[in-house]
Amino acid sequence: MSVPLRPPRRLIEITVDGEAMRVPEGDTLLDACQTAGKDIPTLCYGDTLSPKNACRVCVVEVEGARTLAPACSRKAEPGMVVKTDSDRARHSRKVVLELLGSSVDLSTTPNAKEWMAEYGADPARFGEDAATVAEPPKVDNDLYVRDYAKCILCYKCVDACGEQWQNSFAISVAGRGFDATISTEFDAPLTDSACVFCGNCVEVCPTGALSFKNEFDMREAGTWDEDRQTQTTTICSYCGVGCNLTLHVQDNTIVKVTSPHDNPVTHGNLCIKGRFGFQHVQNVASDG
Amino acid sequence: MDLRFRDAEPTAEERAAVDALLGAPSSAWDGGDRTEFDLRFATQAPRVARDRRDLLLPALHAVNDRVGWISEGALDYICRRLTIPPAEAYSVATFYSLFSVKPRQARVLHVCTDLACAAKGADAVRRDVEERFGPPGVSWQPSPCLGLCERAPAALAIEAGDPPANAVYGPCAVGQEWPTTTEEPPVEAAVPQTRPRGQTGPDAVPGEGGRSPRPDDLVLLRRIGVVDPLSLDDYRATGGYTGLRRAFELGPNGVIREVLESGLVGRGGAAFPTGRKWEATARQLDRPHYLVCNADESEPGTFKDRVLMEGDPFALIEAMTIAGYANGCALGYLYIRGEYPRALKRLENAISVARSRGLLGDDILGQGFSFDIEIRRGAGAYICGEETAIFNSIEGFRGEPRTKPPFPVEKGLFGKPTVVNNVETLVNVPHILEMGAAAYAAVGTSSSTGTKLFCVSGTVDRPGIYEVPFGASLRDLLDLAGGATGELRAVLLGGAAGAFVRADELDIPLTFEGTRAAGATLGSGVVLVLNDTVELPGVLLRIAEFFRDESCGQCVPCRVGTVRQEEALHRLSKRRSEGDLVLLREVGQAMRDASICGLGQTAWNAVESAIDRLGVFTAKESS
Repeated sequence: MSVPLRPPRRLIEITVDGEAMRVPEGDTLLDACQTAGKDIPTLCYGDTLSPKNACRVCVVEVEGARTLAPACSRKAEPGMVVKTDSDRARHSRKVVLELLGSSVDLSTTPNAKEWMAEYGADPARFGEDAATVAEPPKVDNDLYVRDYAKCILCYKCVDACGEQWQNSFAISVAGRGFDATISTEFDAPLTDSACVFCGNCVEVCPTGALSFKNEFDMREAGTWDEDRQTQTTTICSYCGVGCNLTLHVQDNTIVKVTSPHDNPVTHGNLCIKGRFGFQHVQNVASDG
Repeated sequence: MDLRFRDAEPTAEERAAVDALLGAPSSAWDGGDRTEFDLRFATQAPRVARDRRDLLLPALHAVNDRVGWISEGALDYICRRLTIPPAEAYSVATFYSLFSVKPRQARVLHVCTDLACAAKGADAVRRDVEERFGPPGVSWQPSPCLGLCERAPAALAIEAGDPPANAVYGPCAVGQEWPTTTEEPPVEAAVPQTRPRGQTGPDAVPGEGGRSPRPDDLVLLRRIGVVDPLSLDDYRATGGYTGLRRAFELGPNGVIREVLESGLVGRGGAAFPTGRKWEATARQLDRPHYLVCNADESEPGTFKDRVLMEGDPFALIEAMTIAGYANGCALGYLYIRGEYPRALKRLENAISVARSRGLLGDDILGQGFSFDIEIRRGAGAYICGEETAIFNSIEGFRGEPRTKPPFPVEKGLFGKPTVVNNVETLVNVPHILEMGAAAYAAVGTSSSTGTKLFCVSGTVDRPGIYEVPFGASLRDLLDLAGGATGELRAVLLGGAAGAFVRADELDIPLTFEGTRAAGATLGSGVVLVLNDTVELPGVLLRIAEFFRDESCGQCVPCRVGTVRQEEALHRLSKRRSEGDLVLLREVGQAMRDASICGLGQTAWNAVESAIDRLGVFTAKESS
């Protein structure tokens, strides 16, 4: 795959966990930490979106700063001394994971369990009466399901639907504070909204709150098994753009279609045809 | 932009309300009646409309003011007019508590249940209202602080119509009537320093009978109750606009130097040096520069800016003009909270009078400097007082704080260099120019210069706004206000984001450095006095409820942390638990360290100080 060339950037010196390193100017602390091999948890950070830094699970300590800094969006500055694993940073990550775990269903969030264990987070400590965002899944179309009981309000779907990718603006954040939800205007069904069913919101959802109907049904039925799935990247045959499709196949059936985020054509985005129009591949006539 | 709408139509009234703000639509393509021409040619809304996303908030106000709520038809019509996706407009409309997207009565009574009112029996008033008018949401609703703390417990009725009407009530009593019109006391009633000391005060000056001598150091309040707030002539006769003339003599850099040398720091709560902010903004090469006056005074217990705007509106207009001149701005936005109808009216009058007399607009005072002011009305969101949330609110987005850096001086309103100042901060500036930086800096202490307005409320003999030079002690201030009624238990300094001090700590000097050294804060100047009849756990619960309500919901520590804080306080008010105290501390620390903005970062301050200094919920508490 071609790697787009970028103009060379000046290197600046920073210190991460006691080790001096040089990073290109304009890089974020998260970029720097990843280069240094540090494992920083992220939820609302999206590799194809501009950082919203809403979840605060990636906070690191910057020497001299009053508050912790979100690694995903804070740019490295010359001379910065960053601690990724200080007690303060670990404490905030732990509490953030507890706050999320106690209010949101993280059962389908990749890595959530491992992070909880690593930081010693105990979401149950807030008691059984702790308020949650639980609500029944919204199933109002045949293509994807919105299960907002799993929503951490990271804004990624809104950004993907809006000006960062699709420019459909079908959804936004409604309400305020703990009662805020992702919603269409007047909570109208998606089929009545500006949604074009590209599924690009599902692509960026970090918790499984948005999932393809197919996957949702299989999970309900208990037949969804990622260990039995293979992924094959191919090219969409619908038009001449040449988007890459990654076909997720289980038991010789396509169960999900995604697109590689580093693909220079799609950046992970597809249209309704590439994303959902695969059934014809596996419609086998009954008489052979 | 390709917009998609459902089949909701605006009523004629909703349409008229929007058209009154935006003018008539140009074609069916932006919401007008369909003509034959529209069927043959596809056009878009005129570019002026498409570039005016910032008119979304005023348009929502227009409908809400006329009808009392925002229907889907009205929202869609606004979206067609301004080319805004309906989902986004809905997200903005549902952000503000003064708007409703569900039908409700035209007249809604907002009953303040916040700290100062709660200390004076607001809970009983609220229960009484609920008994008489039914559950909240239709004809009444509980409200965060209305900034009417000297009249606590207070209420505000907002009645939609053409024109909309307001009525202010206070002090309210159980069983009282709620007439549609009320006679509001004059603004000087909130400033005890300007009126004869009442007979109720223990330190009433005997024998004088008339006005007590006005303290010489009354600077910011000197015109309150003395001038007619509607009269520019009164304002000029009492020294008004000498500051601006002096500014023109000094030139923009000279003004900034004076402000720097005066030592003026921001009065909104953060205490940032104003001169340094101006210096940094003025030298930005990117143009245009904007000025934003933050009049979204919403910290519970704060009402100083309301008193300034109601009693001396021209002073703010002059101050903004000077700030605009110094910072190279041609346009200033005055963002005033939606709960201040009288201040809004007086500022609108002041702006139009100033404009008609050549003190705003092109070529002010023949100096070749052009500057104008646009008023933007908030719609019930404490967070919009945050310096970057205010930009989003003005621009027509949800009032969510932005990430800093970049700071407003670089990228602020509309992405341009912006200087944001609080009302009280700005109103200091004409005085600095009149008296000179050195004379100004001689008042107060070396690092807190000038005088400060304090909002004294709660169980105190004469609640109101007091102006004292920095350095006076809390005891001096309470004496000035006639002392606490009953047995003084604690004082909340700085509002919901502030800290409690004990009755034996009244010698704390009221300066930024003094309160900081004492582990408290001046914040916005709130001095909420609580006697032993006020249940402290109830006060803490109200503070927690306030932050839970007012959190914008953007970041997890604040959105969920404020909920968990409130839940833990509920449990603690029923039974003591070490576990819940640890939980409060841990959540509090994460909110302070990891929240995006000051709201979340300070949401645990007052609760922490109540536990640590007052011994609430701990064994030390004597109850």
